[in-house]
Amino acid sequence: MRIFDHPNYDFIKWRWHAFALSGLVVLAGVAFVVSRGGVPMGIDFTGGTIVVAKFEQPVAEDAVRQALAATPGEKVVQSYGDAADNQVLIRLPQMGDENAGNLDEAAKSVVQSLGAAGLPKFELLSQEIVGPVIGRELQLKGIYATLASIVGIAIYIALRFRPAFAIGAIAATLHDVLITIAFLALFGYELSLNVVAALLTITGYSVNDTIVIFDRVRENMRSARRDPLEKVVNTAVNQTLSRTVITAGTTFLSVLGLYLFGGEVLEGFAFTMLVGIVSGTYSTVFIAAAIAIILGNRQGAATAVSGAAVKVKTATARRS
Amino acid sequence: MSKNLRWKVLTILTVIGLSVWAFVPPQDKIRLGLDLKGGVHLVMRVQTDDALRVETETTADRLRETLRTQTIPVTGITVAGPNEFRVAGVPTAQDAQFRQALVDIDLIYDRSQSLTNYTFRLKPSVVSQLRDETVNQALQTIERRVNELGVAEPVVARHSAADQILVQLPGVSDVNRAKEIIRSTALLELKLVEQGPFPDEASARQAFAGNVPPDMQILPGRSEGTAGSAPTTVYYAVRRVAAVTGRDLRNARPSLDENNRPAVSFSLNNEGAVKFGNFTQANINRQLGIVLDGRVYSAPNIQSRIDSEGRITGNFTQQEAADLGLTLRSGALPASLTYLEERTVGPTLGADSVRAGVIASTGGLVFVLLFLLYYYKLAGFNAFVSITTNLIILLGLMAYLGATMTLPGIAGFILTIGMGVDSNVLIFERIKEELTGGKGVKAAVAAGFDRVFLTILDTHVASLISAAFLFQFGTGPIRGFATTLTIGLLANVFTAVFVSRTMFELFLSRRDQPATLSI
Repeated sequence: MRIFDHPNYDFIKWRWHAFALSGLVVLAGVAFVVSRGGVPMGIDFTGGTIVVAKFEQPVAEDAVRQALAATPGEKVVQSYGDAADNQVLIRLPQMGDENAGNLDEAAKSVVQSLGAAGLPKFELLSQEIVGPVIGRELQLKGIYATLASIVGIAIYIALRFRPAFAIGAIAATLHDVLITIAFLALFGYELSLNVVAALLTITGYSVNDTIVIFDRVRENMRSARRDPLEKVVNTAVNQTLSRTVITAGTTFLSVLGLYLFGGEVLEGFAFTMLVGIVSGTYSTVFIAAAIAIILGNRQGAATAVSGAAVKVKTATARRS
Repeated sequence: MSKNLRWKVLTILTVIGLSVWAFVPPQDKIRLGLDLKGGVHLVMRVQTDDALRVETETTADRLRETLRTQTIPVTGITVAGPNEFRVAGVPTAQDAQFRQALVDIDLIYDRSQSLTNYTFRLKPSVVSQLRDETVNQALQTIERRVNELGVAEPVVARHSAADQILVQLPGVSDVNRAKEIIRSTALLELKLVEQGPFPDEASARQAFAGNVPPDMQILPGRSEGTAGSAPTTVYYAVRRVAAVTGRDLRNARPSLDENNRPAVSFSLNNEGAVKFGNFTQANINRQLGIVLDGRVYSAPNIQSRIDSEGRITGNFTQQEAADLGLTLRSGALPASLTYLEERTVGPTLGADSVRAGVIASTGGLVFVLLFLLYYYKLAGFNAFVSITTNLIILLGLMAYLGATMTLPGIAGFILTIGMGVDSNVLIFERIKEELTGGKGVKAAVAAGFDRVFLTILDTHVASLISAAFLFQFGTGPIRGFATTLTIGLLANVFTAVFVSRTMFELFLSRRDQPATLSI
């Protein structure tokens, strides 16, 4: 059984359309994020307090909001998890001063207000308090880890394949990260530690796809020495198409299961992965390969360093 | 079956057997992270400036004493910052003598002089060494306290920044008590009370005409009060230098005072007992201040020589007395602590997360395996075995290495399944291609595995690179994810390449030259 019987689609022909589409989506995403005042950050990075309370009987979110009216700062109150569980998540901005040693002031005042408001009995499911120092540290670490991971992978690809391929892979990965962040903002998810973990996983996943195709390109270059790079790459994309679709499809569906049934804590993680898988698959076919071709040809035209580059040069010369 | 093949099968069965043995029963063998088990995660900063200030104050005090015995009159010695003190008005005639008194101080302080005034600054190397020592001491003290709390598998470790300490207490739900026990300085000092009690701080200063001598300090305290009336805050003028400190404690335990109220009794070690004995003997009929963390808990009259036993009374509940005993036993913190981050997960949420995670990953696994069986027929069974083996090895290695399973780690399981599918699909698609290209079954299988091996290696190395940075980036849950992913990737190279290939070879060895392959 086969999904594609001898696929022979001309993906590379569409590369400029794909660039335009990607550029548009990325630009729209960036514009949207900027209009919202930057990437939405969770308390892991800004500092703040999140309290999750489980009530014995159903409570209206508004009743909780009213109970907290006296607590200063901009609060977010939303139901958490299954509606039948009567769970409420309350988020508050940074209150106490970590140097004064009362970082937990917000959490304490929430518990007090809820207790005094005559709401049904409740227990605290979780409580997260992050001070601004840790928030800043995590922010830096997150950015550093994402960039370092992309650079590390790029170096590996440059060593194992060619520098042009590494640039293609980086462009594709950055593209995926940007698009994923835009979608996170659009759907109201905040950057949390889990979401950044998912973003890092996406960088790995996206490159994974790219490597499979590049590997095939490398192999084909040895056998089909006469063909131009465009054709070699396009053949490689087609040859690996079944694998791309099956892998992306099964991974997407199992992460979808995680998104639907994995519980509230992992929802942001799963959502990030879902967007990243779609974007990663698309960018592998349309962005990474296309950039590798463009740069590969230019490189081939400029210097005839590697054997493959020479082939590209002669091929282009033959065409013109 | 050839001898070679028999060895391969044996290897695989051994690996599976060892893995299963390592993780069964999972509820005992797999260590769960705080987000799944419930517990407290705390990051705190050690205020190392405190320790520097103590060092500087002690040095200044010692110099003051030296100058007094050598009768070098100076205008004043003031502590200007945590690592700086100044001496003003050194008489020019005695400058040389003054400098001679500085031999010890010069070892660790940089000295600068303008006219008759000297400024002393702790040397930078000493500062960083002192800070480091302080954090280490705090770490050890916290470790002792946490151990006394009786928490199973706690983590007490230095955190990312130099002055941060990470504490993880699985299964602890009373955060506030744990926090208090960890952060209370628990510095016990037995000091001579010069005057007091005074009803407020102003009147205490008044007693010295507004000019408290430099070797004395005003401390708040609690009045015993008459029965029935609420205790009020009073003030004492006490000696700055303590006769005995908590360092000389041998033991501290909760007890009762004469009125049967909870109290803490302590005993001193030999050295402390000698000091305390001499001190009390010399100060009979004066007041002894029992000072804890800069607060006078009680100020009884010294009626006779006391050697080694004492009692701290106060308005304690039984729990407070027990906790105070615990912190005193574990020693004082060398500096105060402030909390930077605090995450608590209740046991209910943890259990819910485990359930949801297991459902989601089992569902994902079943779906993927059904798809592979449907799409690849018999070869799908190979994938089934190789992916299942991968997960078994993953669980086994996690149990063997004592790696922590976290909620994002469960997501790591699902991604490992994804990687397993990917490798198998890569190989199978390639075999199909080779078959279409006209190769025989045996040759196609061999070519499929050989050609794809490099690809699998490249993709796995790339993923391992991002997993490594993930590990660097994260704490707790994220590290769990990175660990799961890394082990899963390594196991996958073994299962997708070795296990799956052996299965094919096993199948092919039964027939001489099969014409078709169910793939």
